[in-house]
Formats: sequence, structure tokens, C-alpha cells
Amino acid sequence: MACFNKAGEMKQTPSQTVGPFFYDALIADGRQISPVMAAAGARGQRMIFTGCVKDGDGAPVPDAMIEVWQADAAGIYAHPADPRHADADPALSGFGRSDTRAGGHFKFETIKPGSVQDQAPHLTVRVFSRGMLLHANTRVYFDDEPSNTRDPVLSLVPAMRRETLIAKRLPTAAILTYVLDIVLQGGGETVFFTP
Amino acid sequence: MANQTQLSRLDTQAHPPYLHAPYASTLKRAPQQPLIPLPHTLSELTGPVYGDGSVSALDSDLSRNAVRNGEPIGERIIVTGHVYDDAGRPVRNALIELWQANACGRYIHKLDQHPAPIDPNFTGAGRTLTNALGEYTFVTIKPGAYPWKNHYNAWRPAHIHFSLFGANIMQRLVTQMYFPGDPLLALDPIYNSTPDARARERMISAYDHSVTSPEWALGYRFDIVVCGAKQTPFE
Repeated sequence: MACFNKAGEMKQTPSQTVGPFFYDALIADGRQISPVMAAAGARGQRMIFTGCVKDGDGAPVPDAMIEVWQADAAGIYAHPADPRHADADPALSGFGRSDTRAGGHFKFETIKPGSVQDQAPHLTVRVFSRGMLLHANTRVYFDDEPSNTRDPVLSLVPAMRRETLIAKRLPTAAILTYVLDIVLQGGGETVFFTP
Repeated sequence: MANQTQLSRLDTQAHPPYLHAPYASTLKRAPQQPLIPLPHTLSELTGPVYGDGSVSALDSDLSRNAVRNGEPIGERIIVTGHVYDDAGRPVRNALIELWQANACGRYIHKLDQHPAPIDPNFTGAGRTLTNALGEYTFVTIKPGAYPWKNHYNAWRPAHIHFSLFGANIMQRLVTQMYFPGDPLLALDPIYNSTPDARARERMISAYDHSVTSPEWALGYRFDIVVCGAKQTPFE
């Protein structure tokens, strides 16, 4: 049973790996949590965010799970901590989840988020897989946003590693599409934040 | 970015590292570069919100939610507990997604082909939600131990996977619940990856006779404590 220690805190329960068999619970069809994050009528620009998860050998990771949390096109989060949350777009869930069974690839269908406070538009991303005892936290920015140079979180990242967080717009796609691989280890390792 | 509210951070003493060589698949999947400390902006203070509409009664009864032509085989158990943040506040409307092997230690997923029987009336997947007091309950069949190929004669101790959403995205946690007295715990690299012994013990449920229901199901209690508690702003 959890109980308070002398400092008036409770000690955290350790993380464990998601393992290889999460699909029936976390990725099942018909659930409200899926890679399609925007319903018909969602406000703003429809966009696809896609990429491949890779391991330390540069090999695709086909048994990962990616989660995305984002604001709507006006930069509003559908959560009470956002002072504007009553105006959040009801057609955007703001939360998506994808497996990577397609050769390590994920593909989210959503709306391009607006700026939140003084931050450049971004996605908040979590990565889970067999072989990861703790999930990894990262962010994804967009290469066509000039405000990236003033983003307070990107500014904390060593300059030569920033590109691992900036998704590239595909010039020829019919729907606005941004691509970024998530590299767990090795050359071009994605910047991960403290979880 | 000025936002006075800060959240408590992940207690690195309480959690496993990314790299733990005895768990072989961490060798190629553990990030090696230093983690960048993330300031807590509105993006971190928010997260998906769930409620009553997110879970049905059958979702939280794994002993009934996949029944086709009979009852699943194995010991029916009730699992209950609280979700707290590390300031000790109950986390209300925390969505908990659950999955596990059957009583024989076999997962329904086709990736698991080891020679233990599939139960036609059990898929081992469910969901539950904490109430206004931060309390959750679900019913299931006690899972068996499961062999895996990490090392010679490797067996995972019986466990139930828990994936939790809390009051904000920083409270997100995936963990595993174990059972008291399981001799396989001492041999399991995943369980033992957490270096602190008291932290490891927090992953073990407690048999609770007050939860046991006569002639129906044994009861286990498992509390979960997540980080991401809102800190009082310094004035």
C-alpha cells in the first residue's frame, strides 16, 4: 500500500517495459485512441506526421509504440490547465497513438498545431518498446516555422543535435506531410528529454 | 514560457535505467546521449482527459469480456488499488489499460507461439478508470509465468501490464504488477533492472483478504504512484 514518507511524499512506482504483446490492449481497432487524431470538420490545416523508428544498428524497430500529444490549430490544449480550453477544437482529440508494424514506420493524421505561449508549433512525443524499460520523451518541430529559432525548449538543445527534432516538409505530397525518423541510439540519435 | 506551476520530476532512483545489459534488447534500444532537462510548459501541464465514457463495465472484467463458449480457465482474481501522484494526491479519472497472459502463461497475440494452451474465452485485455477517490478495480484470471528467449531457461514472473494516463502527460507511466512470493522475481532481469530494492517492492501487489470475495475470487491490492504532481509555486 502506498504511504507517505517522513518528507510527506509518496515514492514513485518504477516503470517497466511495454513488452512485445501490447497490441490487443493498446492498438485494438475501434478504440478512441488511434493514429487518426482529427475528425471531419477539425479546424486548421490537415497534416500527416510520419517516420521510422530505428535502433542503434540503424535497423527499423517494428514493435514500438509512438504517442503524440498536441494543441489544436489555435494553440489550445483540450485540458483544464489551458486557460482557453473551453474553446479547444472538439473535432481534434489532441492525442494519438501508433504502432510501428509497417517496417518501423508510424503515420499520424492530424491538424498542424498552433503556437503555445512563446513556443514554436510542436508535437509532444513518447516512444515505448520492448527493450525500453522507461519510455522516451521527445518533441517534434516543423522545418517551415521561423519561430523555431526563438523556441525556448529548442534553445536548450545543443545546436548540432537540433535537427533530430525538426520534421521536414515533403514538397510534393498532396496532403501537408512532415517526415522525421526517431532514432533511439547511435548516429543521429534523437534528442530525448528527461521523462 | 513563464508558467509558475511546476511538476515533480521522475525520481531516477525509483526507476530502471534505459540500459540494463542483463535485459538483452536494451543494448540496441537504450538512448546513449545525455537527456535534456525539459522545462514544464503548458505542453507538459496538459494531457489527454478521460472519464466515464472511456470505459464500459465489461472492459474492466477480463474474466468475462472475451467469453465465447464458456468461462476462462484459471483463478479469478479481483485487483484493486489507488493511483496517487507523489505528493500523495489521488489521481481521478486516470485511464488504466491492462494486458496479460492467460493462466497458462500464453499471450493471445500471434507473436507468442510457445507451447502453452490458448484459452478460447480469454484475451487478457481490458481497461479501467479511477474514481473520484483515485481508486480502481478490475477482475481477471491470474496470469501464469511466461518463457522468453532473453537467456537460457528464462521465465517472466506472473505479471499484469498497466499503462496509465494521469492528470497531465508527465504522469504517463507503463509498469507491471507482480504477485507476492513469486520465486521467479529474483531471477527476472526486467524486474531487477530497478536498482533500489524498496522501489522494486512497490511493483509487487499484496494479497488482501478484505478484497477477496467468498466462493468467487481472491483479492489483490496494488497502489501506483506517478510523478508529475503539481508543485506549489514559490512565492
